[in-house]
Amino acid sequence: MDILITGLLLGGIYALMAMGLSLQYGVARIMNLANGEMLVVGAFAAFWFFTVAQLSPLISVFLIAPVIFALNWLIYQFMLLPLVKRAKSQGQLEVDSILATFGMSFILVGLMVAVFGGDYFNYTFLAEPMEILGNTYAANRVVAFLMAMLIGGLLYLWLNHTRPGMAMRAVSVDTEAAGLVGIDVQRMSALAFALGGTVTAIGGGFISTFQTMDASIGILFTMKALIIVIMGGVGDIRGTIVAALVLGLLETFIATVIDPGLTLAAAYLMFILVLLFRPQGFFGRKPS
Amino acid sequence: MTDKDWRNFGLAVVGLAIAACLPLSGNGYYLTIGVTIAMYVVLATSWALFSGPTHYISLATAAFYGLGTYVVALGIDDVPYIVLLVIALVVGAVSAALVGLATLRLSGVYFVIFTLGLAEMVRQVVTWVQSNWGGHQGNYVLTDITEEIIYWELLALAACVYLAGWLIGRSRLGFALKIIGNDEVVAAHSGINTARSKVLLFMVSGMVASLVGAILAPRWTYIEPSIAFSPMLSFQVVIMALLGGVKRLWGPLVGVIPFTLLWEAVSISFPNQTLLLMGVAFLLIVYTIPHGFVGLLETYSARFRERKG
Repeated sequence: MDILITGLLLGGIYALMAMGLSLQYGVARIMNLANGEMLVVGAFAAFWFFTVAQLSPLISVFLIAPVIFALNWLIYQFMLLPLVKRAKSQGQLEVDSILATFGMSFILVGLMVAVFGGDYFNYTFLAEPMEILGNTYAANRVVAFLMAMLIGGLLYLWLNHTRPGMAMRAVSVDTEAAGLVGIDVQRMSALAFALGGTVTAIGGGFISTFQTMDASIGILFTMKALIIVIMGGVGDIRGTIVAALVLGLLETFIATVIDPGLTLAAAYLMFILVLLFRPQGFFGRKPS
Repeated sequence: MTDKDWRNFGLAVVGLAIAACLPLSGNGYYLTIGVTIAMYVVLATSWALFSGPTHYISLATAAFYGLGTYVVALGIDDVPYIVLLVIALVVGAVSAALVGLATLRLSGVYFVIFTLGLAEMVRQVVTWVQSNWGGHQGNYVLTDITEEIIYWELLALAACVYLAGWLIGRSRLGFALKIIGNDEVVAAHSGINTARSKVLLFMVSGMVASLVGAILAPRWTYIEPSIAFSPMLSFQVVIMALLGGVKRLWGPLVGVIPFTLLWEAVSISFPNQTLLLMGVAFLLIVYTIPHGFVGLLETYSARFRERKG
Protein backbone atom coordinates (compact mmCIF):
# COMPACT_ATOMS: atom_id res chain seq x y z
CA MET A 1 0.00 0.00 0.00
CA ASP A 2 2.84 2.26 0.96
CA ILE A 3 4.59 1.46 -2.33
CA LEU A 4 1.36 1.98 -4.25
CA ILE A 5 0.81 5.53 -3.01
CA THR A 6 4.45 6.62 -3.12
CA GLY A 7 4.64 5.20 -6.62
CA LEU A 8 1.54 7.05 -7.76
CA LEU A 9 2.80 10.31 -6.25
CA LEU A 10 6.06 9.95 -8.17
CA GLY A 11 4.26 8.86 -11.33
CA GLY A 12 2.11 11.99 -11.27
CA ILE A 13 5.17 14.21 -11.52
CA TYR A 14 6.65 12.02 -14.24
CA ALA A 15 3.41 12.43 -16.15
CA LEU A 16 3.81 16.21 -16.17
CA MET A 17 7.38 16.17 -17.47
CA ALA A 18 6.59 13.50 -20.06
CA MET A 19 3.58 15.48 -21.31
CA GLY A 20 6.03 18.24 -22.13
CA LEU A 21 8.20 15.93 -24.19
CA SER A 22 5.13 14.39 -25.80
CA LEU A 23 4.03 17.83 -27.06
CA GLN A 24 7.51 18.55 -28.40
CA TYR A 25 7.90 15.25 -30.19
CA GLY A 26 4.29 14.54 -31.07
CA VAL A 27 3.33 17.98 -32.40
CA ALA A 28 6.53 19.87 -33.17
CA ARG A 29 8.26 16.68 -34.40
CA ILE A 30 11.41 17.52 -32.45
CA MET A 31 13.02 14.72 -30.51
CA ASN A 32 14.21 17.00 -27.72
CA LEU A 33 17.03 15.39 -25.78
CA ALA A 34 17.58 18.59 -23.81
CA ASN A 35 14.21 18.08 -22.16
CA GLY A 36 15.69 16.91 -18.84
CA GLU A 37 17.95 19.96 -18.74
CA MET A 38 14.92 22.20 -19.08
CA LEU A 39 13.52 20.37 -16.08
CA VAL A 40 16.71 21.05 -14.11
CA VAL A 41 16.54 24.72 -15.15
CA GLY A 42 13.05 24.84 -13.65
CA ALA A 43 14.31 23.16 -10.49
CA PHE A 44 17.26 25.55 -10.20
CA ALA A 45 14.99 28.55 -10.64
CA ALA A 46 12.60 27.32 -7.94
CA PHE A 47 15.56 26.69 -5.66
CA TRP A 48 16.96 30.15 -6.32
CA PHE A 49 13.65 31.91 -5.63
CA PHE A 50 13.24 29.94 -2.44
CA THR A 51 16.68 30.62 -1.01
CA VAL A 52 16.95 34.25 -2.14
CA ALA A 53 13.39 35.51 -1.72
CA GLN A 54 11.81 32.77 0.44
CA LEU A 55 9.24 32.44 -2.31
CA SER A 56 7.21 29.23 -2.27
CA PRO A 57 7.82 27.06 -5.36
CA LEU A 58 4.06 26.88 -5.80
CA ILE A 59 4.13 30.60 -6.64
CA SER A 60 7.55 30.88 -8.24
CA VAL A 61 6.79 28.28 -10.93
CA PHE A 62 4.29 30.71 -12.35
CA LEU A 63 6.95 33.41 -12.48
CA ILE A 64 9.38 31.02 -14.14
CA ALA A 65 6.87 29.72 -16.67
CA PRO A 66 6.67 32.77 -18.99
CA VAL A 67 10.46 33.08 -19.11
CA ILE A 68 10.90 29.41 -19.96
CA PHE A 69 8.12 29.69 -22.53
CA ALA A 70 9.85 32.59 -24.25
CA LEU A 71 13.22 30.82 -24.11
CA ASN A 72 11.84 27.67 -25.71
CA TRP A 73 9.98 29.64 -28.33
CA LEU A 74 13.22 31.39 -29.28
CA ILE A 75 15.08 28.08 -29.37
CA TYR A 76 12.49 26.71 -31.75
CA GLN A 77 12.39 29.76 -33.99
CA PHE A 78 16.10 30.30 -34.33
CA MET A 79 17.67 26.90 -33.87
CA LEU A 80 15.19 24.20 -34.74
CA LEU A 81 13.05 25.78 -37.44
CA PRO A 82 16.02 25.98 -39.84
CA LEU A 83 16.50 22.25 -39.33
CA VAL A 84 12.83 21.55 -40.00
CA LYS A 85 13.02 23.60 -43.19
CA ARG A 86 16.16 21.97 -44.53
CA ALA A 87 15.17 18.38 -43.69
CA LYS A 88 14.13 16.36 -46.71
CA SER A 89 12.56 13.61 -44.64
CA GLN A 90 11.34 12.90 -41.14
CA GLY A 91 14.35 10.63 -40.63
CA GLN A 92 16.82 13.38 -41.43
CA LEU A 93 15.02 15.81 -39.13
CA GLU A 94 15.24 13.24 -36.36
CA VAL A 95 19.00 12.82 -36.75
CA ASP A 96 19.55 16.58 -36.95
CA SER A 97 17.31 17.41 -34.01
CA ILE A 98 18.85 14.68 -31.88
CA LEU A 99 22.36 16.03 -32.49
CA ALA A 100 21.31 19.66 -32.08
CA THR A 101 19.44 19.06 -28.83
CA PHE A 102 22.38 17.03 -27.52
CA GLY A 103 24.47 20.10 -28.14
CA MET A 104 21.97 22.29 -26.32
CA SER A 105 21.77 19.92 -23.39
CA PHE A 106 25.56 19.92 -22.96
CA ILE A 107 25.65 23.70 -23.21
CA LEU A 108 22.86 24.05 -20.64
CA VAL A 109 24.63 21.67 -18.23
CA GLY A 110 27.91 23.49 -18.82
CA LEU A 111 26.30 26.86 -18.11
CA MET A 112 24.54 25.61 -15.00
CA VAL A 113 27.77 24.12 -13.67
CA ALA A 114 29.48 27.43 -14.35
CA VAL A 115 26.77 29.47 -12.59
CA PHE A 116 25.72 27.21 -9.72
CA GLY A 117 28.64 24.80 -9.43
CA GLY A 118 28.45 21.03 -9.69
CA ASP A 119 27.16 20.43 -6.15
CA TYR A 120 23.95 18.80 -5.10
CA PHE A 121 21.28 21.21 -3.96
CA ASN A 122 18.05 20.90 -2.05
CA TYR A 123 15.87 22.95 0.26
CA THR A 124 13.27 22.23 2.88
CA PHE A 125 9.77 23.00 1.78
CA LEU A 126 6.62 21.59 3.39
CA ALA A 127 8.56 18.70 4.89
CA GLU A 128 5.86 17.89 7.40
CA PRO A 129 4.16 14.51 7.59
CA MET A 130 0.74 14.00 6.09
CA GLU A 131 -1.48 11.00 6.71
CA ILE A 132 -3.20 9.12 3.89
CA LEU A 133 -5.04 5.84 4.56
CA GLY A 134 -3.17 5.19 7.77
CA ASN A 135 0.32 5.81 6.40
CA THR A 136 2.33 9.00 6.53
CA TYR A 137 3.82 10.73 3.51
CA ALA A 138 5.80 13.95 3.10
CA ALA A 139 3.41 16.81 2.41
CA ASN A 140 5.67 18.24 -0.30
CA ARG A 141 5.29 15.08 -2.38
CA VAL A 142 1.51 15.15 -2.03
CA VAL A 143 1.30 18.84 -2.91
CA ALA A 144 3.62 18.40 -5.88
CA PHE A 145 1.48 15.53 -7.11
CA LEU A 146 -1.74 17.51 -6.78
CA MET A 147 -0.27 20.49 -8.62
CA ALA A 148 1.06 18.24 -11.36
CA MET A 149 -2.34 16.66 -11.77
CA LEU A 150 -4.00 20.08 -11.85
CA ILE A 151 -1.71 21.44 -14.56
CA GLY A 152 -1.78 18.17 -16.50
CA GLY A 153 -5.57 18.16 -16.29
CA LEU A 154 -5.83 21.74 -17.55
CA LEU A 155 -3.54 20.91 -20.46
CA TYR A 156 -5.63 17.87 -21.27
CA LEU A 157 -8.84 19.90 -21.25
CA TRP A 158 -7.26 22.64 -23.34
CA LEU A 159 -6.07 20.13 -25.94
CA ASN A 160 -9.39 18.34 -26.17
CA HIS A 161 -11.97 21.08 -25.75
CA THR A 162 -10.66 24.27 -27.38
CA ARG A 163 -10.06 25.30 -30.95
CA PRO A 164 -6.30 25.88 -30.63
CA GLY A 165 -6.07 22.59 -28.78
CA MET A 166 -7.82 20.85 -31.63
CA ALA A 167 -5.52 22.52 -34.14
CA MET A 168 -2.58 21.24 -32.19
CA ARG A 169 -3.90 17.71 -32.21
CA ALA A 170 -4.49 18.01 -35.94
CA VAL A 171 -0.85 18.95 -36.48
CA SER A 172 0.21 15.96 -34.43
CA VAL A 173 -1.84 13.64 -36.65
CA ASP A 174 -0.63 14.96 -39.99
CA THR A 175 1.31 18.17 -40.61
CA GLU A 176 0.46 18.38 -44.29
CA ALA A 177 -3.25 17.78 -43.89
CA ALA A 178 -3.34 20.28 -41.03
CA GLY A 179 -1.82 22.89 -43.32
CA LEU A 180 -4.44 22.14 -45.97
CA VAL A 181 -7.32 22.94 -43.62
CA GLY A 182 -5.87 26.35 -42.80
CA ILE A 183 -3.85 25.68 -39.67
CA ASP A 184 -0.62 27.64 -39.35
CA VAL A 185 1.56 24.58 -38.78
CA GLN A 186 4.74 26.51 -38.16
CA ARG A 187 3.14 28.65 -35.46
CA MET A 188 1.45 25.66 -33.86
CA SER A 189 4.73 23.75 -33.78
CA ALA A 190 6.54 26.67 -32.15
CA LEU A 191 3.72 26.98 -29.64
CA ALA A 192 3.78 23.26 -28.87
CA PHE A 193 7.54 23.25 -28.43
CA ALA A 194 7.45 26.25 -26.10
CA LEU A 195 4.49 24.89 -24.16
CA GLY A 196 6.19 21.50 -23.82
CA GLY A 197 9.35 23.05 -22.44
CA THR A 198 7.33 25.11 -19.98
CA VAL A 199 5.35 22.14 -18.71
CA THR A 200 8.55 20.17 -18.19
CA ALA A 201 10.23 23.05 -16.34
CA ILE A 202 7.20 23.43 -14.07
CA GLY A 203 7.50 19.72 -13.33
CA GLY A 204 11.14 20.38 -12.43
CA GLY A 205 10.11 23.11 -10.02
CA PHE A 206 7.80 20.67 -8.23
CA ILE A 207 10.33 17.83 -8.19
CA SER A 208 12.89 20.11 -6.54
CA THR A 209 10.62 20.41 -3.47
CA PHE A 210 11.32 16.82 -2.45
CA GLN A 211 14.32 15.57 -4.41
CA THR A 212 17.98 16.48 -4.27
CA MET A 213 19.24 17.55 -7.67
CA ASP A 214 22.44 18.57 -9.37
CA ALA A 215 23.31 20.20 -12.66
CA SER A 216 24.02 16.98 -14.55
CA ILE A 217 20.99 14.97 -13.46
CA GLY A 218 18.90 16.10 -16.43
CA ILE A 219 19.86 13.22 -18.71
CA LEU A 220 18.27 10.73 -16.30
CA PHE A 221 14.98 12.60 -16.48
CA THR A 222 15.26 12.81 -20.26
CA MET A 223 15.66 9.03 -20.36
CA LYS A 224 12.63 8.47 -18.17
CA ALA A 225 10.48 10.93 -20.11
CA LEU A 226 11.47 9.30 -23.40
CA ILE A 227 10.63 5.85 -22.14
CA ILE A 228 7.26 7.09 -20.85
CA VAL A 229 6.41 8.79 -24.14
CA ILE A 230 7.23 5.68 -26.13
CA MET A 231 5.33 3.44 -23.75
CA GLY A 232 2.29 5.69 -23.88
CA GLY A 233 2.45 6.13 -27.65
CA VAL A 234 3.79 9.29 -29.27
CA GLY A 235 1.32 12.18 -29.10
CA ASP A 236 -1.12 10.25 -26.91
CA ILE A 237 -1.63 12.27 -23.71
CA ARG A 238 -3.82 9.66 -22.04
CA GLY A 239 -1.28 6.91 -22.76
CA THR A 240 1.51 9.14 -21.46
CA ILE A 241 -0.24 9.62 -18.12
CA VAL A 242 -0.89 5.90 -17.69
CA ALA A 243 2.69 5.04 -18.66
CA ALA A 244 4.08 7.61 -16.22
CA LEU A 245 2.04 6.17 -13.35
CA VAL A 246 3.17 2.65 -14.26
CA LEU A 247 6.81 3.75 -14.33
CA GLY A 248 6.44 5.56 -10.98
CA LEU A 249 4.99 2.43 -9.42
CA LEU A 250 7.59 0.07 -10.88
CA GLU A 251 10.46 2.33 -9.88
CA THR A 252 9.21 2.71 -6.31
CA PHE A 253 8.64 -1.04 -6.10
CA ILE A 254 12.16 -1.91 -7.28
CA ALA A 255 13.74 0.80 -5.14
CA THR A 256 11.96 -0.44 -2.00
CA VAL A 257 12.08 -4.19 -2.52
CA ILE A 258 15.38 -4.75 -4.37
CA ASP A 259 17.75 -1.80 -4.42
CA PRO A 260 17.39 1.99 -4.81
CA GLY A 261 20.36 1.98 -7.19
CA LEU A 262 18.42 0.13 -9.84
CA THR A 263 15.80 2.69 -10.85
CA LEU A 264 17.10 3.16 -14.39
CA ALA A 265 17.37 -0.60 -14.81
CA ALA A 266 13.68 -0.73 -13.85
CA ALA A 267 12.82 1.79 -16.53
CA TYR A 268 14.84 -0.25 -19.04
CA LEU A 269 13.06 -3.44 -18.13
CA MET A 270 9.78 -1.77 -19.05
CA PHE A 271 11.28 -0.24 -22.17
CA ILE A 272 12.43 -3.62 -23.44
CA LEU A 273 9.06 -5.21 -22.76
CA VAL A 274 7.29 -2.41 -24.62
CA LEU A 275 9.70 -2.58 -27.56
CA LEU A 276 9.26 -6.32 -27.85
CA PHE A 277 5.51 -6.53 -27.41
CA ARG A 278 3.84 -3.16 -27.97
CA PRO A 279 6.15 -0.83 -29.91
CA GLN A 280 3.14 1.26 -30.91
CA GLY A 281 2.39 2.21 -27.26
CA PHE A 282 -0.24 1.09 -24.74
CA PHE A 283 -3.28 2.34 -26.63
CA GLY A 284 -1.79 2.57 -30.11
CA ARG A 285 -3.03 0.53 -33.00
CA LYS A 286 -0.67 -1.54 -35.08
CA PRO A 287 0.37 0.39 -38.18
CA SER A 288 -1.16 -1.27 -41.21
CA MET B 1 42.21 -4.20 -56.92
CA THR B 2 42.62 -1.04 -58.92
CA ASP B 3 45.65 1.23 -59.00
CA LYS B 4 43.88 3.60 -56.64
CA ASP B 5 43.27 0.80 -54.15
CA TRP B 6 46.96 -0.11 -54.23
CA ARG B 7 47.93 3.51 -53.72
CA ASN B 8 45.59 3.85 -50.71
CA PHE B 9 46.85 0.55 -49.36
CA GLY B 10 50.43 1.75 -49.63
CA LEU B 11 49.58 5.04 -47.94
CA ALA B 12 47.87 3.20 -45.09
CA VAL B 13 50.86 0.91 -44.54
CA VAL B 14 53.29 3.83 -44.52
CA GLY B 15 51.02 5.77 -42.14
CA LEU B 16 50.77 2.84 -39.76
CA ALA B 17 54.53 2.25 -39.88
CA ILE B 18 55.20 5.88 -38.98
CA ALA B 19 52.60 5.77 -36.19
CA ALA B 20 54.17 2.57 -34.86
CA CYS B 21 57.49 4.38 -34.30
CA LEU B 22 55.97 6.82 -31.79
CA PRO B 23 57.00 4.86 -28.65
CA LEU B 24 60.63 5.03 -29.86
CA SER B 25 60.59 8.78 -29.22
CA GLY B 26 60.88 7.93 -25.53
CA ASN B 27 58.57 10.78 -24.55
CA GLY B 28 55.96 9.50 -22.08
CA TYR B 29 53.55 12.35 -22.69
CA TYR B 30 53.45 11.79 -26.45
CA LEU B 31 52.86 8.12 -25.86
CA THR B 32 49.93 8.80 -23.51
CA ILE B 33 48.33 11.10 -26.07
CA GLY B 34 49.13 8.53 -28.76
CA VAL B 35 47.27 5.81 -26.87
CA THR B 36 44.26 8.10 -26.41
CA ILE B 37 44.24 9.04 -30.09
CA ALA B 38 44.65 5.43 -31.22
CA MET B 39 41.81 4.40 -28.95
CA TYR B 40 39.45 7.04 -30.34
CA VAL B 41 40.48 6.31 -33.92
CA VAL B 42 39.50 2.68 -33.49
CA LEU B 43 36.27 3.51 -31.67
CA ALA B 44 35.20 6.31 -34.02
CA THR B 45 36.03 4.37 -37.18
CA SER B 46 34.15 1.29 -36.05
CA TRP B 47 31.27 3.53 -34.96
CA ALA B 48 31.17 5.07 -38.43
CA LEU B 49 31.13 1.63 -40.06
CA PHE B 50 27.64 1.15 -38.68
CA SER B 51 26.28 4.65 -38.13
CA GLY B 52 27.74 6.20 -41.28
CA PRO B 53 25.71 4.39 -43.90
CA THR B 54 22.60 3.77 -41.78
CA HIS B 55 22.34 7.19 -40.01
CA TYR B 56 21.47 5.34 -36.79
CA ILE B 57 23.25 7.28 -34.04
CA SER B 58 24.59 4.71 -31.62
CA LEU B 59 25.43 5.85 -28.09
CA ALA B 60 26.22 2.35 -26.92
CA THR B 61 30.00 2.62 -27.30
CA ALA B 62 30.54 3.25 -23.58
CA ALA B 63 28.47 0.23 -22.64
CA PHE B 64 30.41 -2.18 -24.87
CA TYR B 65 33.71 -0.59 -23.92
CA GLY B 66 32.85 -0.97 -20.23
CA LEU B 67 31.87 -4.60 -20.70
CA GLY B 68 35.24 -5.31 -22.30
CA THR B 69 37.05 -3.57 -19.47
CA TYR B 70 35.06 -5.56 -16.96
CA VAL B 71 35.80 -8.89 -18.58
CA VAL B 72 39.49 -8.19 -17.99
CA ALA B 73 38.93 -6.83 -14.48
CA LEU B 74 37.07 -9.94 -13.38
CA GLY B 75 39.24 -12.54 -15.06
CA ILE B 76 42.78 -11.20 -14.95
CA ASP B 77 43.77 -13.26 -11.89
CA ASP B 78 42.67 -16.60 -13.27
CA VAL B 79 42.66 -16.50 -17.07
CA PRO B 80 45.46 -15.65 -19.54
CA TYR B 81 45.11 -12.14 -20.95
CA ILE B 82 44.86 -13.26 -24.55
CA VAL B 83 41.91 -15.50 -23.71
CA LEU B 84 40.24 -12.56 -21.98
CA LEU B 85 40.56 -10.53 -25.18
CA VAL B 86 38.71 -13.26 -27.05
CA ILE B 87 36.03 -13.42 -24.35
CA ALA B 88 35.64 -9.62 -24.53
CA LEU B 89 35.17 -9.90 -28.29
CA VAL B 90 32.45 -12.51 -27.86
CA VAL B 91 30.73 -10.58 -25.04
CA GLY B 92 30.69 -7.46 -27.20
CA ALA B 93 29.25 -9.31 -30.17
CA VAL B 94 26.56 -11.06 -28.14
CA SER B 95 25.41 -7.95 -26.30
CA ALA B 96 25.37 -5.93 -29.51
CA ALA B 97 23.28 -8.66 -31.10
CA LEU B 98 20.81 -8.54 -28.20
CA VAL B 99 20.52 -4.74 -28.30
CA GLY B 100 20.24 -4.85 -32.08
CA LEU B 101 17.57 -7.51 -32.11
CA ALA B 102 15.47 -5.60 -29.57
CA THR B 103 15.69 -2.20 -31.27
CA LEU B 104 16.91 -2.31 -34.86
CA ARG B 105 13.73 -3.85 -36.20
CA LEU B 106 11.99 -0.59 -35.21
CA SER B 107 12.53 3.04 -36.14
CA GLY B 108 15.83 4.79 -35.55
CA VAL B 109 14.62 6.93 -32.65
CA TYR B 110 14.01 3.92 -30.45
CA PHE B 111 17.53 2.75 -31.13
CA VAL B 112 19.07 6.11 -30.14
CA ILE B 113 17.04 6.29 -26.94
CA PHE B 114 17.84 2.72 -26.02
CA THR B 115 21.56 3.16 -26.48
CA LEU B 116 21.51 6.56 -24.70
CA GLY B 117 20.94 5.06 -21.27
CA LEU B 118 22.54 1.68 -21.91
CA ALA B 119 25.91 2.38 -20.30
CA GLU B 120 24.27 3.84 -17.20
CA MET B 121 21.88 0.91 -16.97
CA VAL B 122 24.66 -1.68 -17.27
CA ARG B 123 26.64 0.26 -14.67
CA GLN B 124 23.71 0.10 -12.23
CA VAL B 125 23.33 -3.63 -12.75
CA VAL B 126 27.07 -4.37 -12.44
CA THR B 127 27.29 -2.26 -9.25
CA TRP B 128 24.32 -4.03 -7.80
CA VAL B 129 25.59 -7.53 -8.65
CA GLN B 130 29.02 -6.75 -7.27
CA SER B 131 27.79 -5.26 -4.02
CA ASN B 132 25.37 -8.12 -3.42
CA TRP B 133 27.35 -11.13 -4.57
CA GLY B 134 30.85 -9.99 -5.36
CA GLY B 135 31.44 -8.78 -1.81
CA HIS B 136 33.40 -5.74 -2.99
CA GLN B 137 33.23 -2.94 -5.52
CA GLY B 138 36.03 -2.64 -8.00
CA ASN B 139 38.93 -4.89 -8.93
CA TYR B 140 42.66 -4.52 -9.20
CA VAL B 141 44.20 -5.15 -12.60
CA LEU B 142 47.91 -5.74 -12.10
CA THR B 143 49.80 -6.85 -15.18
CA ASP B 144 53.17 -6.26 -16.74
CA ILE B 145 51.57 -4.85 -19.89
CA THR B 146 53.18 -1.49 -20.59
CA GLU B 147 51.72 1.49 -22.38
CA GLU B 148 53.86 0.72 -25.47
CA ILE B 149 52.24 -2.70 -25.79
CA ILE B 150 48.76 -1.18 -25.40
CA TYR B 151 49.63 1.33 -28.11
CA TRP B 152 50.81 -1.33 -30.55
CA GLU B 153 47.80 -3.50 -29.82
CA LEU B 154 45.54 -0.57 -30.64
CA LEU B 155 47.41 0.13 -33.87
CA ALA B 156 47.05 -3.49 -34.91
CA LEU B 157 43.36 -3.32 -34.13
CA ALA B 158 43.08 -0.09 -36.12
CA ALA B 159 44.64 -1.86 -39.10
CA CYS B 160 42.10 -4.67 -38.74
CA VAL B 161 39.21 -2.18 -38.52
CA TYR B 162 40.35 -0.36 -41.66
CA LEU B 163 40.74 -3.63 -43.50
CA ALA B 164 37.33 -4.81 -42.31
CA GLY B 165 35.80 -1.49 -43.30
CA TRP B 166 37.31 -1.69 -46.77
CA LEU B 167 36.09 -5.27 -47.21
CA ILE B 168 32.61 -4.45 -45.93
CA GLY B 169 32.44 -1.48 -48.30
CA ARG B 170 33.01 -3.86 -51.22
CA SER B 171 30.68 -6.61 -49.97
CA ARG B 172 26.99 -7.25 -50.44
CA LEU B 173 26.45 -6.31 -46.80
CA GLY B 174 28.02 -2.87 -47.27
CA PHE B 175 25.98 -2.26 -50.40
CA ALA B 176 22.82 -3.34 -48.61
CA LEU B 177 23.52 -0.88 -45.78
CA LYS B 178 24.02 2.01 -48.19
CA ILE B 179 20.61 1.31 -49.67
CA ILE B 180 19.05 1.03 -46.21
CA GLY B 181 20.55 4.39 -45.30
CA ASN B 182 19.12 6.01 -48.42
CA ASP B 183 15.67 4.54 -48.17
CA GLU B 184 14.74 1.70 -45.92
CA VAL B 185 11.47 0.95 -47.71
CA VAL B 186 13.24 0.61 -51.05
CA ALA B 187 15.80 -1.66 -49.42
CA ALA B 188 13.14 -3.93 -47.98
CA HIS B 189 11.32 -4.07 -51.32
CA SER B 190 14.43 -5.05 -53.22
CA GLY B 191 14.75 -8.11 -51.04
CA ILE B 192 17.25 -6.99 -48.45
CA ASN B 193 16.75 -8.39 -44.99
CA THR B 194 17.15 -4.97 -43.38
CA ALA B 195 17.07 -6.04 -39.74
CA ARG B 196 19.68 -8.76 -40.28
CA SER B 197 22.08 -6.47 -42.14
CA LYS B 198 21.81 -3.79 -39.48
CA VAL B 199 22.28 -6.20 -36.58
CA LEU B 200 25.32 -7.81 -38.24
CA LEU B 201 27.13 -4.54 -38.73
CA PHE B 202 26.16 -3.30 -35.28
CA MET B 203 27.77 -6.47 -33.91
CA VAL B 204 31.03 -5.58 -35.65
CA SER B 205 31.10 -2.17 -34.03
CA GLY B 206 30.10 -3.59 -30.63
CA MET B 207 32.83 -6.22 -30.84
CA VAL B 208 35.51 -3.65 -31.59
CA ALA B 209 34.40 -1.33 -28.77
CA SER B 210 34.44 -4.20 -26.28
CA LEU B 211 37.90 -5.28 -27.45
CA VAL B 212 39.21 -1.72 -27.08
CA GLY B 213 37.89 -1.70 -23.51
CA ALA B 214 39.72 -4.97 -22.82
CA ILE B 215 42.96 -3.73 -24.37
CA LEU B 216 42.89 -0.54 -22.31
CA ALA B 217 41.96 -2.22 -19.02
CA PRO B 218 45.61 -2.69 -17.93
CA ARG B 219 46.06 1.07 -18.22
CA TRP B 220 43.99 1.45 -15.08
CA THR B 221 45.28 -0.42 -12.09
CA TYR B 222 41.96 -0.25 -10.32
CA ILE B 223 38.64 -0.65 -12.09
CA GLU B 224 35.21 0.09 -10.70
CA PRO B 225 31.87 0.53 -12.48
CA SER B 226 31.98 4.32 -12.61
CA ILE B 227 35.39 4.24 -14.34
CA ALA B 228 34.52 1.50 -16.81
CA PHE B 229 31.10 2.81 -17.83
CA SER B 230 31.62 6.52 -18.43
CA PRO B 231 28.73 7.73 -20.61
CA MET B 232 30.83 10.65 -21.90
CA LEU B 233 32.86 8.24 -24.01
CA SER B 234 29.89 7.50 -26.27
CA PHE B 235 29.33 11.19 -26.96
CA GLN B 236 33.00 11.89 -27.61
CA VAL B 237 33.12 9.09 -30.16
CA VAL B 238 30.03 10.40 -31.94
CA ILE B 239 31.42 13.94 -32.08
CA MET B 240 34.82 12.87 -33.37
CA ALA B 241 33.39 10.62 -36.06
CA LEU B 242 30.88 13.21 -37.28
CA LEU B 243 33.38 16.03 -37.08
CA GLY B 244 35.73 14.12 -39.35
CA GLY B 245 33.02 12.84 -41.67
CA VAL B 246 31.54 9.39 -41.93
CA LYS B 247 31.31 9.04 -45.69
CA ARG B 248 34.95 8.02 -46.05
CA LEU B 249 36.70 5.29 -44.14
CA TRP B 250 39.48 7.65 -43.10
CA GLY B 251 37.04 10.44 -42.17
CA PRO B 252 36.86 9.79 -38.42
CA LEU B 253 40.66 9.93 -38.23
CA VAL B 254 40.53 13.54 -39.41
CA GLY B 255 38.11 14.36 -36.60
CA VAL B 256 39.80 12.40 -33.83
CA ILE B 257 43.23 14.04 -33.91
CA PRO B 258 42.22 17.72 -33.62
CA PHE B 259 39.37 17.02 -31.21
CA THR B 260 41.52 14.90 -28.87
CA LEU B 261 44.22 17.58 -28.77
CA LEU B 262 41.65 20.31 -28.19
CA TRP B 263 39.94 18.22 -25.52
CA GLU B 264 43.24 17.62 -23.72
CA ALA B 265 44.07 21.32 -23.84
CA VAL B 266 40.65 22.40 -22.55
CA SER B 267 40.50 19.81 -19.79
CA ILE B 268 43.93 20.92 -18.52
CA SER B 269 43.23 24.67 -18.49
CA PHE B 270 39.43 24.78 -17.97
CA PRO B 271 38.40 21.41 -16.51
CA ASN B 272 34.83 22.55 -15.94
CA GLN B 273 34.22 23.71 -19.48
CA THR B 274 34.58 20.38 -21.30
CA LEU B 275 30.80 20.04 -21.38
CA LEU B 276 30.46 23.40 -23.09
CA LEU B 277 33.06 22.31 -25.64
CA MET B 278 31.05 19.20 -26.32
CA GLY B 279 27.84 21.19 -26.74
CA VAL B 280 29.45 23.65 -29.12
CA ALA B 281 30.96 20.79 -31.14
CA PHE B 282 27.54 19.18 -31.57
CA LEU B 283 25.97 22.45 -32.73
CA LEU B 284 28.89 23.07 -35.07
CA ILE B 285 28.38 19.67 -36.67
CA VAL B 286 24.67 20.20 -37.18
CA TYR B 287 24.68 23.80 -38.37
CA THR B 288 27.91 24.41 -40.21
CA ILE B 289 29.65 21.21 -41.24
CA PRO B 290 27.05 18.46 -41.62
CA HIS B 291 29.43 16.33 -43.66
CA GLY B 292 32.46 16.87 -41.47
CA PHE B 293 35.94 18.04 -42.35
CA VAL B 294 36.08 15.53 -45.17
CA GLY B 295 32.92 16.96 -46.71
CA LEU B 296 34.40 20.46 -46.42
CA LEU B 297 37.64 19.32 -48.02
CA GLU B 298 35.84 17.64 -50.90
CA THR B 299 33.64 20.66 -51.59
CA TYR B 300 36.70 22.90 -51.79
CA SER B 301 38.70 20.52 -53.95
CA ALA B 302 35.75 20.14 -56.32
CA ARG B 303 35.44 23.93 -56.56
CA PHE B 304 39.17 24.22 -57.14
CA ARG B 305 39.06 21.67 -59.93
CA GLU B 306 36.11 23.45 -61.54
CA ARG B 307 37.97 26.71 -61.58
CA LYS B 308 41.02 25.07 -63.13
CA GLY B 309 38.99 23.21 -65.74
